[in-house]
Amino acid sequence: MRTSACIEVAAPIEEVWKIVSDPGRALSFMSGVTRWEVASENATGLGARYRMLLRVGSAEIGGLIEVVEWDEPSDYAWTSVTGVDQRGRFRLRRMRGGGTRVEMRLAYGVAGSGPFGWIAEQMAAPTVRGHLRRTVQQLKRLVEYEQLRERAAARRAAAGI
Amino acid sequence: MAQTGTAGRPGNGQTALPAVRVGDEQPSGSLVGRALRSFADQVARRIPRADLDERDPDFIRERLPMLWLAASIWFRGEVRGLGNIPESGPVLLVGNHSGGNVTPDTTVFTLAFNTYFGVERPFFQLAHNLVLSMPGLGQLRKFGTVAASPENARQALRSGAALLVYPGGDYEVHRPSWERNRVDFGGRRGFIRLALDENVPIVPVVAIGGQETALFLTRGEGLARLLRLDRLFRLKVLPLSVALPWGVNVGDMLGHLPLPAKITIETLPAIDLRAEFGEDPDVAEIYDYLVSLMQETLDALAAERRLPVLG
Repeated sequence: MRTSACIEVAAPIEEVWKIVSDPGRALSFMSGVTRWEVASENATGLGARYRMLLRVGSAEIGGLIEVVEWDEPSDYAWTSVTGVDQRGRFRLRRMRGGGTRVEMRLAYGVAGSGPFGWIAEQMAAPTVRGHLRRTVQQLKRLVEYEQLRERAAARRAAAGI
Repeated sequence: MAQTGTAGRPGNGQTALPAVRVGDEQPSGSLVGRALRSFADQVARRIPRADLDERDPDFIRERLPMLWLAASIWFRGEVRGLGNIPESGPVLLVGNHSGGNVTPDTTVFTLAFNTYFGVERPFFQLAHNLVLSMPGLGQLRKFGTVAASPENARQALRSGAALLVYPGGDYEVHRPSWERNRVDFGGRRGFIRLALDENVPIVPVVAIGGQETALFLTRGEGLARLLRLDRLFRLKVLPLSVALPWGVNVGDMLGHLPLPAKITIETLPAIDLRAEFGEDPDVAEIYDYLVSLMQETLDALAAERRLPVLG
C-alpha cells in the first residue's frame, strides 16, 4: 500500500530541508512516530540508519531503516532493514515565489502475509494517511513559524531593540 | 493465543512437575477411568519437547498483519510502557491472565512485543501442556510458545530471550467474571525462584479486558478434582462459562468466539529482585509485593473503564 501527502510551505527549500533531514527533530513534526533514533555512526546522509516506530492501531510498527537516497536539498528516501517492509521519501521542490512543495510518501506492507496482509494494509491506510497529512502540516507550521521568528529577530536587531 | 502458566502448584512456592506423569497413576478399574487414562496417555505423547529453534521469525513476521487485525480492529488493543522492557538480554515478563482458553491479552501483547522490538528478538511464552498438544495449535510453537516447565523456562532465559509467563495459568484465566479486575496467581511463586536462579529482571505486565470476552461463571475446581483432571492433565479447573457460539460452555476446550472487549495492557518498570530485596531475598515478600503492585495497576486501569466490553 502506498500513501502520500503534500503541502506548500512558504519558506526556501534549504530551510525546509534543514528540518526534514535532522533526525533530532523528527519527533517534533512526524505524526504518530514514537521513536526515531540514530542507529549508525553517521547521523545523516546516505547509509544513515534509524530505529523508528510509528503507532498504527494497537501496535508501534517500524524497525531499522536505512537512508538509500540523499540528494540535498530535494530528496531523502529510506527503506526498511528489519521490521515491516517500508519505503519512505521526502520530496522537496522549489516553487515560483520562493516557496517549497513538500511531498511525503510511504509504501508499506509485509511480504508473504497473504490476504490478511492485504486486508490489514487497507484497514491501516486511513491511519497512515492521517499521519502523513498531519506530518506535512506540522512541518509547514514548524518551518513557517521559525521563518517568522527569524524575521522578527532581524527586525528587532535592525531597530536596535 | 493459548492459556499459559508457569509451573507451580498453588500455595507451595515450588516449581511444578514438568508434564503429565501418567505412569504415576494407579490404573483405574472402571471403563471411564481407563478411557480417561488412555486419553491422558495420548495427550502426554503429543506434548512436544521444547525446541527453542522451532520459533520462526519469518513465520511470525508474516502473521503480524493477522495479529494486528485481531488486536487493533477486534480488541482495540492498547499497550503502554513497552519502553520499560530492557532493550536486550533475558527478561521475565510476568502477566495476569484473562479470557479463558482464548486469551486476547496474549494476542495483543505478542503483536506489540514483536512489532516494538522486532521479530528478530527471541521471545518465548510458556503454555499449558494441553494447549500445545491440541490438534491445530502446533503453529503456536513457531510463535515461540513452549510447554510450561521449569526446564523450558530456564532454557529460554539462558538463551538470552524474553520469556512471558502467566503464573496464574489455568487457575486465573478461568476466574469468574465478577473477579475480572483481580490479580490471582493462586499462590504460585515458581516464577520468582526462576528469576532469582537465572538472575534476570522481572517486568510486570498488567492487562485488563480479557475477562469481559465471555461470561465466566465458575472455575469448576470441584468437578476437575472429581474427574481427576488435576492428576491426569495438570488441569485444576473445569470452567463453566456462557460464551459464543456455544451458549453454556463447559471446559472451554474448543475455545469460543470472544466478545470484542477493549484490551489495555500496561508494562511496568523492570524490577531487579536482588537490587530491590537484597542478596538473599524472601520469595514470599517478593510475591506479595509483585501481586500488590500489579493489583494497584489493574485497579487504576479498571478506574479508566466506563463500561464493560466497550472499555
